[in-house]
Amino acid sequence: MNAALAAVTGSFDIPTIEYSALAPILIVLGAAVVSVLVEALVPQAYRRTLQLVITFAALVGALVAVVALWGTQQIVAMGSVAVDGPTLFMQGSILVLSAIAALVMAERRVDPAGDSFAPRASALPGSEDEQAFTRLGWLQTEVWTLFLFCVGGLLLFPASTDLLTMFVALEVLSLPLYIMVGLARRRRLLSQEASLKYFVLGAFSSAFFLYGTALLYGYAGTVSLSGIADALGASAGDTGLVLAGVALLSVGLLFKVGAAPFHQWTPDVYQGSPTSITGFMAACIKVAAFGALLRVMYVALGGIRWDWRPMMYVIAALTMIVGTLFALTQTDIKRMLAYSAIAQAGFMLVGVVATNAAGLEGTMVYLLAYGVATVGAFAIVTLVRDTTGEATHLSQWAGLGKRSPVVAAAFALFLLAFAGIPLTSGFTGKFAVFTAGIAGGATPIVVIGVVASAVAAFFYIRVIVLMFFNEPAAEGGPSVVIPSAFTTLAITVAVALTLVIGVLPQLVFDLVSQAGLFVR
Amino acid sequence: MSPFSGAVTRAAEAVPTAVAASGTFQLIWLLIALPLAGAAILLLAGRRSDRWGHWLGVLASTASFVVAVVLFVGLLGESADQRTITQHLFDWIAVGTFDVPVDLRLDQLSMTFVLLITGVGTLIHVYSVGYMSHDRDRRRFFGYLNLFVASMLLLVLADNYLLLYVGWEGVGLASYLLIGFWYFKDTAAVASKKAFVVNRVGDVGLSLAVMIMFVTFGSVTFDGVLGSASQASEQSLTWIGLALLLAAAGKSAQFPLQSWLLDAMEGPTPVSALIHAATMVTAGVYLIVRSGAIFDAAPAARTAVIVVGAITLLMGAIIGCAKDDIKKALAGSTMSQIGYMILAAGLGPVGYSFAIFHLLLHGFFKADMFLGAGSVMHGMNDQVNMRRYGALRTVMKVTWITFACGWLAILGVPPFAGFYSKDKIIEAAFSVSTAAGIVTLLGAGITAFYMTRLFAMTFHGEARWHDDAHPHESPWIMMFPVAVLALLSAVAGFVLNYNNMFVDWLEPVTHGVEPSLSVAGWVVPTTALVLVAIGAALAWIPYATRPVPLVAPAGNLLTRAARADLYGDAVNEAVFMRPGQYLTRWLVWFDNRVVDGVVNGTAATIGGLSGRTRRLQTGFVRSYALSMLGGAAVVAAALVLVRL
Repeated sequence: MNAALAAVTGSFDIPTIEYSALAPILIVLGAAVVSVLVEALVPQAYRRTLQLVITFAALVGALVAVVALWGTQQIVAMGSVAVDGPTLFMQGSILVLSAIAALVMAERRVDPAGDSFAPRASALPGSEDEQAFTRLGWLQTEVWTLFLFCVGGLLLFPASTDLLTMFVALEVLSLPLYIMVGLARRRRLLSQEASLKYFVLGAFSSAFFLYGTALLYGYAGTVSLSGIADALGASAGDTGLVLAGVALLSVGLLFKVGAAPFHQWTPDVYQGSPTSITGFMAACIKVAAFGALLRVMYVALGGIRWDWRPMMYVIAALTMIVGTLFALTQTDIKRMLAYSAIAQAGFMLVGVVATNAAGLEGTMVYLLAYGVATVGAFAIVTLVRDTTGEATHLSQWAGLGKRSPVVAAAFALFLLAFAGIPLTSGFTGKFAVFTAGIAGGATPIVVIGVVASAVAAFFYIRVIVLMFFNEPAAEGGPSVVIPSAFTTLAITVAVALTLVIGVLPQLVFDLVSQAGLFVR
Repeated sequence: MSPFSGAVTRAAEAVPTAVAASGTFQLIWLLIALPLAGAAILLLAGRRSDRWGHWLGVLASTASFVVAVVLFVGLLGESADQRTITQHLFDWIAVGTFDVPVDLRLDQLSMTFVLLITGVGTLIHVYSVGYMSHDRDRRRFFGYLNLFVASMLLLVLADNYLLLYVGWEGVGLASYLLIGFWYFKDTAAVASKKAFVVNRVGDVGLSLAVMIMFVTFGSVTFDGVLGSASQASEQSLTWIGLALLLAAAGKSAQFPLQSWLLDAMEGPTPVSALIHAATMVTAGVYLIVRSGAIFDAAPAARTAVIVVGAITLLMGAIIGCAKDDIKKALAGSTMSQIGYMILAAGLGPVGYSFAIFHLLLHGFFKADMFLGAGSVMHGMNDQVNMRRYGALRTVMKVTWITFACGWLAILGVPPFAGFYSKDKIIEAAFSVSTAAGIVTLLGAGITAFYMTRLFAMTFHGEARWHDDAHPHESPWIMMFPVAVLALLSAVAGFVLNYNNMFVDWLEPVTHGVEPSLSVAGWVVPTTALVLVAIGAALAWIPYATRPVPLVAPAGNLLTRAARADLYGDAVNEAVFMRPGQYLTRWLVWFDNRVVDGVVNGTAATIGGLSGRTRRLQTGFVRSYALSMLGGAAVVAAALVLVRL
């Protein structure tokens, strides 16, 4: 089946690649290569414009390709990539969310020093070099190359139908991200520390993933998901290998979705990254990683779901509880949103443990709803600033609603969506995964989920109260910077989508029900 | 001539066939849209609308009331079995079998609520023009009030549980905003937070109920759920029933979620009258009566409803006896009266109609008394301590007379309103269970005691005013609505009970059954009246004819307990709050290894900005990695254990 393995057995087939079905991934990765050339060959003055054109053209082109492919149900590239409804829905979501995040990254009016990225990532924090670069007003554009490679990996991750391809995708999306996390212009030490932490722990989790793959290969003799499912169906071989393999593979995936107890990197990395990158990773990685997790659990391991469901119950419950409780005590808005993202991952895991069609659909709806609100929320965090940069301490947000009612109202909307208040997108998503969970027999987990979301509403609403009903901090406190058209457009789109998914959820539900199930 | 169809045929016709809206009935959506538009304009227009904003608020509410009256006349023109009208607005969610239309349902039950909400709501809007005239945020107040009216109308007009949930959250939001309207007062801010938290507990119940309904019936519409309730297993129905009861307890301040209502009196008095007496707090009763078909088939859940109602009935009454704060005494009374309604709703078909009848009449007389209390406060420099009142009948004649109407109505003195509904609830309770009957009788006696105490301390006895108090009658714009409500308290019971008019009107929805008692018809009312007379006399003698001490005497054990809200807060604190605080503190300590020392739960002052920017995360990668490894071991162990 698999090209690599076929080679081992001695025969050699010329691989066939269905380029059209892979178009979304190829467009983005192709653009990434072009972007490298731009960095190497084009004079500094033109780079930014050119990189922006390439990036947005690639994202839009890939999105067009996804729309054109809608309805495809096939396995391509010698059985290693599935182009099916869920893949296309996730790819579409990732592209939309990346585009919104890219708008925020392109912002150059908010930070007086230029943009929110370090002029030269290689300069030591606080060194004379760095001060010189800043004084000279240097701006770098390499972040766009990294961004495009990362998006390419994200598009492949949920589409992979064998564990090796999935691992390659995982690395393609992770490596650029490790660098992007360390690019913050301000609080450089925090940023670099976050980058290093993310890298070390990410490498650790990759090892788990790879070891799990090896064990499953030892059991099934193949790394393809459907091959593993067939072997499990025939129930031949050593069950010890399966269970250990499933456990290690799950750890690798659960690390990426940020589930407890593999979540601890999240707050540190979310806080240290440039905020525009935080929004991007919080939204898009969640989508891709859940896509991969769902595919592995539903396609390869669906047959032994009675074995892994109890484990997932525990993880889901733990994730919801840990995320909610820690979010309650946070005083930094980025850390609070990070713990909230952990809690949200727990809610989405309810859709995974449902192991039915409704669970898959519900999780996809939830991912889109959550992703949109997340990019929007982090975009707003970039705007609230004082003289030293972003003002992320919660006390600095007091009275924001009095001074900047529109921005505060948009932020309140995103928080209400996180809290799952009816008529926002979050309610649609929560309702979909929770009903799927009850239908899938996971009622106790749903009860925990409903209670956790009731508690979670408290810290979301607390921020709203802080913004609208508290007196502003003393004079000279932070204020909302008026952004350029980029961020304004990003926030507008996020607000509009949050409202549309909440008021007319029909549109998204139609899409996910058309998407159907994973192709095997 | 029995107007009742009897319980036997109930299952078959649990939900009357609905007629699609046509002609006049196409106006149903306007009921909600008008106040919603009012709220949107008032809240978005900002200070520009300060000068005329309050009149816009009044106008929106009045217009909604006019539409309600038009619809009511239209409904009267239809025959009794044609009075369930649904209006389809749009499809909210329609995926395969999961269909949630945004439909409104106007039937006898929701019409009753619509008239109560818009009618009393409009009167209270008018009253607030006067009451809030000195508040610089009066426009915002009216925006919230309109938002409340729109949400409450959505709650009672929704044709499915999910849409009802939207309204349910909406009234919760409006209530939260209005309790904390004077957010600069710490007590108001704390009270609004408490109401929010406790209501969230109730909301958990409602969302669980909706999800179990969807999984059990594949639908959340009233027709889909209630129409096929008899086919579901009793276990599912019991769980749905208990979850609905939890929701009702949260919204209607019933045991064990009663604690927020007393604190909610921190809101402006018109809010206490409209939201925390007449309408929102009765949403739980609406929910249970509306879901009657579920409770009919789940006896265990029904018993739980009766027990919760009975406990709250007595708790509220006992708390009402000991409070010196006029609004808190009235709030205790509200708890107790809603306990009556919940208990009646738990009795099943013998009680549904009387629960709603009592709810309607209570809406009149309790709003009347709250607005009366507001008028007293208006004239007494916002004094709420009744020990500083006394003899106010001499200076506030209109308030005194109107308040007396409400007082006689809640006592159940014929022909005032309460007599007709409360006696029926007592009879119905006796027909189901003697214990429930005795509780309701006892409650009637205690009610007479605390209301008479309140009335006597405020209007009779000798003046105990502060030296700077110059009590005066309130302006006509406040007293006119009070007068209307007083009139309704005096005559509405008699009129609506004439020829069983109200009960017959509700019959197609509630399928009421006449309670059958083993004793003669005069026994229960007479016993009740004797108890009321005793209770009233016990209060009148010490509080109207003897001097009332300015400082509350120490009191006996029960009095002290009642003053402390029967230790409701103490229990909450010991069971939930203190463990919660310890947990938070532990989490903060745990988290401090990661962040640094600035975290302290409350919003800390900014300080050391430069220090903050240099700040390092001190969470160690090695400990993170260790916990990942431990997690992986646990995951593997879990998988192996399951296989074993």
